[in-house]
Amino acid sequence: MSKSLVSINDFTKEEILKIMDLAAEFEAHPNQKLLCDKVIATLFFEPSTRTRLSFESAINRLGGRVIGFSDTSNTSVSKGETLHDTIRMVSNYTDMIVMRHYIEGAARYASECATVPVVNAGDGSNQHPSQTLLDLYSIKKTQGRLEDIHIMVVGDLKYGRTVHSLIQAMAHFNGRFTFVSPPELELPEEYKIFLREHSMDFRETTDMNAYIRDADIIYMTRVQRERFSDLMEYERVKNAYILKDNMLEGTKPNMRILHPLPRVNEIDTSVDSNPKAYYFEQARNGVFTRMAIISYLLGVK
Amino acid sequence: MKTVLEVSAIENGTVIDHIPSGSLFKILNILELENITNRITFGTNLESKRMGTKAIIKISDMEVPQEALNKIAIFAPMARVNYIKNFEVVKKLSVSVPDTLEGSIRCANPICVTNQERVLPKFEVVDKEKVTLRCHYCEKITTQEQFEIIK
Repeated sequence: MSKSLVSINDFTKEEILKIMDLAAEFEAHPNQKLLCDKVIATLFFEPSTRTRLSFESAINRLGGRVIGFSDTSNTSVSKGETLHDTIRMVSNYTDMIVMRHYIEGAARYASECATVPVVNAGDGSNQHPSQTLLDLYSIKKTQGRLEDIHIMVVGDLKYGRTVHSLIQAMAHFNGRFTFVSPPELELPEEYKIFLREHSMDFRETTDMNAYIRDADIIYMTRVQRERFSDLMEYERVKNAYILKDNMLEGTKPNMRILHPLPRVNEIDTSVDSNPKAYYFEQARNGVFTRMAIISYLLGVK
Repeated sequence: MKTVLEVSAIENGTVIDHIPSGSLFKILNILELENITNRITFGTNLESKRMGTKAIIKISDMEVPQEALNKIAIFAPMARVNYIKNFEVVKKLSVSVPDTLEGSIRCANPICVTNQERVLPKFEVVDKEKVTLRCHYCEKITTQEQFEIIK
């Protein structure tokens, strides 16, 4: 079976470091026509402009061609075709499948049906490993290392899949965490168990300012409206954790602010011009990281 | 000394003992015993020195296959299985909670692919004492209290 990337745990520490090196190489030389004879499918069962464009930019820069769909209304999926059949069919047409799905576990299942590698571009609230790898690449680029970094994560720690995958990845690098969230959105117990099992240092607080001066990375997340069944609860917490420029006084000089984007209002626009704001560069790093992932899985690098 | 058996002895077949009282009907269900014609006797809320109360199942003229023992283990990790011939125990087995589990239990996550498409649930057992499962597909946790049997 071909190697897929469904969950961040599918990669060993060595493979993660290999992706970091490849991403740096692609950043230095972004146009390498390694995929001239390859066709890659981008199947977005759930819309996502940013992730899809980032993947498609990465494929195009590598000289590959893209087929796919960005919503399912004009496809056989809307006629009731099973995921299994869609994936089997697309396997026949392409050399790799990049997919996003609202069903959790869909990418793992697709990787078992497919005869080509599958890259998970997000499955519900479960995994989004290319985001995690680009987060790691951004940390490495700004801090010069991945080991012993103190990350302060703010916002939706309950549903935020990028947070969960980041915790799993940082277990390889002795990461230290401060979790800042309203009680309704605190980190699920299973991840606290994971942190303890891996002897990772972490603390939880509801106060954004408590440990901000001690952080190497502030990782902001959006409180997503679509994750709430109770809209009253959403209205109550949505404005609770907003990062403003004046809060950055006295923070470490090496500190950088990351955000998986899109942002709503959790980072005030006054922060954008601060040299510690890194989220737009982070998104740019995503293209190089995805070039690295694709070329590694296809064995051209 | 007590000489009366609370659940009468069988001549040939399988005895499953040391089942937690609350798990009796789940085990009858998961072993799909509803539709067989063999004689089945069972008792529950019986006295047990080890467990306080327990349940027991006796199935005549049938050897419960070894594969089924894993299914018993997820509801009754302490169960003992005795195979009987001519009223004598000819083989004793204890069950053990497996490392992985396929089928049998529904993933507790309603938007897991196993609940949305025709996909057989698969789990890794992450805690053998409490019998806690992690879904192979959606990676979410299903606890023993959430177990729902599927066939």
